[in-house]
Amino acid sequence: MTFLSMISKVFALVLLLASPAFGQDVARIVYLGLDGDPYYEPQAVYTGLSLRDRKRPLDGVRLGFRDTRVLGRALGVKFELTERLIAEEETVAGVLRDVLDGEPLAVLIDLPRDAMAEAIATAQPQDTLINIRDGANHWRQEGCSPALLHSAPSDSMLTDALAQHLRGQSWPRVLLLHSDSERDLEIVEAVRRSAAKFGLRIVDEKNFELTNDPRRRDRNNIALLTGGPTHDVIWIVDDEGEFGRYVPFHTYAARPVVGSEGLSPRAWHWTFERYGAPQLNQRFRRIAERDMTSEDWAAWVAVRSVVDAVTSVRSADRAAVSAALRSQDLSIDLYKGVRGNFRDWNGQLRQPILLATHNAVISVAPLQGFEHRTDTLDTLGWDRPESTCQF
Amino acid sequence: MRLTTLCFLLASIGSTSFAQPTGMAIIPNERSDTLTILSPENEVIRTIETCARPRGIHFNQDRSKFFVGCADDDLIAIYETRTLELVGRITGVPAPETFDLHPDGRRLIVSNEEDAAASVFDVETGEFIADYETGEEPEGVQVTSDGRLVFVASEAANLVHVIDLDADEVIADILVDTRPRRFALTPDESELWVSAELAGIVNIIDVATLKLVGDIAFLPTGFRPEQVTPVDLLITRDGSRAYVALGRANHVAVVDVKARKVIDYVLVGKRAWGLELTADESRLYVANGLSDDVTIIDTATLTPITSVPVGRVPYDILIDDQ
Repeated sequence: MTFLSMISKVFALVLLLASPAFGQDVARIVYLGLDGDPYYEPQAVYTGLSLRDRKRPLDGVRLGFRDTRVLGRALGVKFELTERLIAEEETVAGVLRDVLDGEPLAVLIDLPRDAMAEAIATAQPQDTLINIRDGANHWRQEGCSPALLHSAPSDSMLTDALAQHLRGQSWPRVLLLHSDSERDLEIVEAVRRSAAKFGLRIVDEKNFELTNDPRRRDRNNIALLTGGPTHDVIWIVDDEGEFGRYVPFHTYAARPVVGSEGLSPRAWHWTFERYGAPQLNQRFRRIAERDMTSEDWAAWVAVRSVVDAVTSVRSADRAAVSAALRSQDLSIDLYKGVRGNFRDWNGQLRQPILLATHNAVISVAPLQGFEHRTDTLDTLGWDRPESTCQF
Repeated sequence: MRLTTLCFLLASIGSTSFAQPTGMAIIPNERSDTLTILSPENEVIRTIETCARPRGIHFNQDRSKFFVGCADDDLIAIYETRTLELVGRITGVPAPETFDLHPDGRRLIVSNEEDAAASVFDVETGEFIADYETGEEPEGVQVTSDGRLVFVASEAANLVHVIDLDADEVIADILVDTRPRRFALTPDESELWVSAELAGIVNIIDVATLKLVGDIAFLPTGFRPEQVTPVDLLITRDGSRAYVALGRANHVAVVDVKARKVIDYVLVGKRAWGLELTADESRLYVANGLSDDVTIIDTATLTPITSVPVGRVPYDILIDDQ
């Protein structure tokens, strides 16, 4: 990559929120991504089809900034966004140190795992990184850091939400299907834990394989894979999606498919109708000309969290905002019906999880009836007593 | 269909401004795009097809007409109260949610939910007069009786904007608690009450200084704070009592205004939002958005009398009884 093209990747977007007559306090937020990140390459499966055409959630970040136009006027604070992509010849640590020199209130990190680990190792406890992408429980458990917050829900929050729904429907017998990929096995761990937590029984667990090999029928034939012990529901874990999309309507018994297909737990959905969600979806659609995804929402809510922290202390002072962001009294409007804040034991954003099909939100977890000693939102994910995170 | 209202029409033939009130309640249902008409005996006597996503509803000055905000049609429909006929439209109003009528009877101040603006229209000519930038998702609108100040709540920005109509500008942005929705003024207009939906409280603003001077928190028995989501609120004419619809807590709170203390909670339907009192203040109507009904409360005993099924997602209530 040439020096010039690298420069062109470093661009700053400054939103002027008020006339210069208003205060001088500047609240800086940085979006940090990786140039040429394979995660955002189109993942063509066959004949040019792409099952997962991921978009950088920059529209979510920008919407979060747009929403501060008038708030900035009232607070006397200028909100400023910098979008920074790390070029191939740069190091994560070098770029992050550079970014942190500007004393941003938060750095939104949208990075692959090794880059994320490097970023976490580089940050100091007084810095704030917000993970807007990676759901792995690892970052909320032993891989946690005092500098690190998560606006994206953890794998366990998602699987707990789905487990609550199955429990609520009295569908406790689960047939679990998954591949051998590293990512799928991570999610399978979360599923097993959620099943135990909510009293579901995994009656059988099968590995599928993407192959037409007749000798591997036991792993590629959906009727054979789903013909085992009596079950109420088939829970499929297929992060790639290529196998899973063929499972519904091919099962041996007439059973609903949940997990990666059918009914899926998500941070957000474009059809959500309650709690002001239609307004957020419409605002997003207007600027991005597409529907808001869970990833866009996680990016938007990360900005919103910082803005709400700035609002609560009425200043852009870095230490004060950092403390406010981590306060259990922070009240973030999630557009999911309840106020959110970050768990003080692992930095995870408390939030409801939507259980949705491709075109409807079927229910919202925590479901009615799942109680908790302090906050029903903590029925989702790793609760304080189970946390292995040590700051 | 017109026959059903004939009995009301007979009493009100003549000049519209001297029309006898019928005692009917008019309820916009935002999901079924209809207006439900309830008789004083709490029976559904008529359902009128109206525009897309009807929300806020308000009388004109002499109550001969009423306005319905049509959020998905970008217009405000004008109905004649006596006949329930559509008599006009104010068009080009982006996603109107709620509005208030200026004491001059001509200027309608509308919050444009998707445009982050409050706009002013002339109700007689339908002309656009002015607009003011607000935070995202403006909602409640309240004009003072002297017609000088307009308060607009911005749900997403947690702000109450104060517009000075004479000066033609926003003179203050008051930070309030999470997700401000609706307003009520005390009769002497010294206090502005604002419901903060997600904070589960009502903020009290001193109108003279435009500063927050108090809060009232709500928590009916058996509910968690996060389930308490107050939206609409009303203060009685003598300023003694306030009613606050608590949204997902399925109750209406009754508040002693002077003491700023909750006196009682009345159980209503699911997600109570819209409120309206009858002219004699003996009955309180409550629109329950998620149980598709309206609960009518006897305010003397603070007990619900009945709940009447209406259309899908009733939003607000207007009563033609004065």
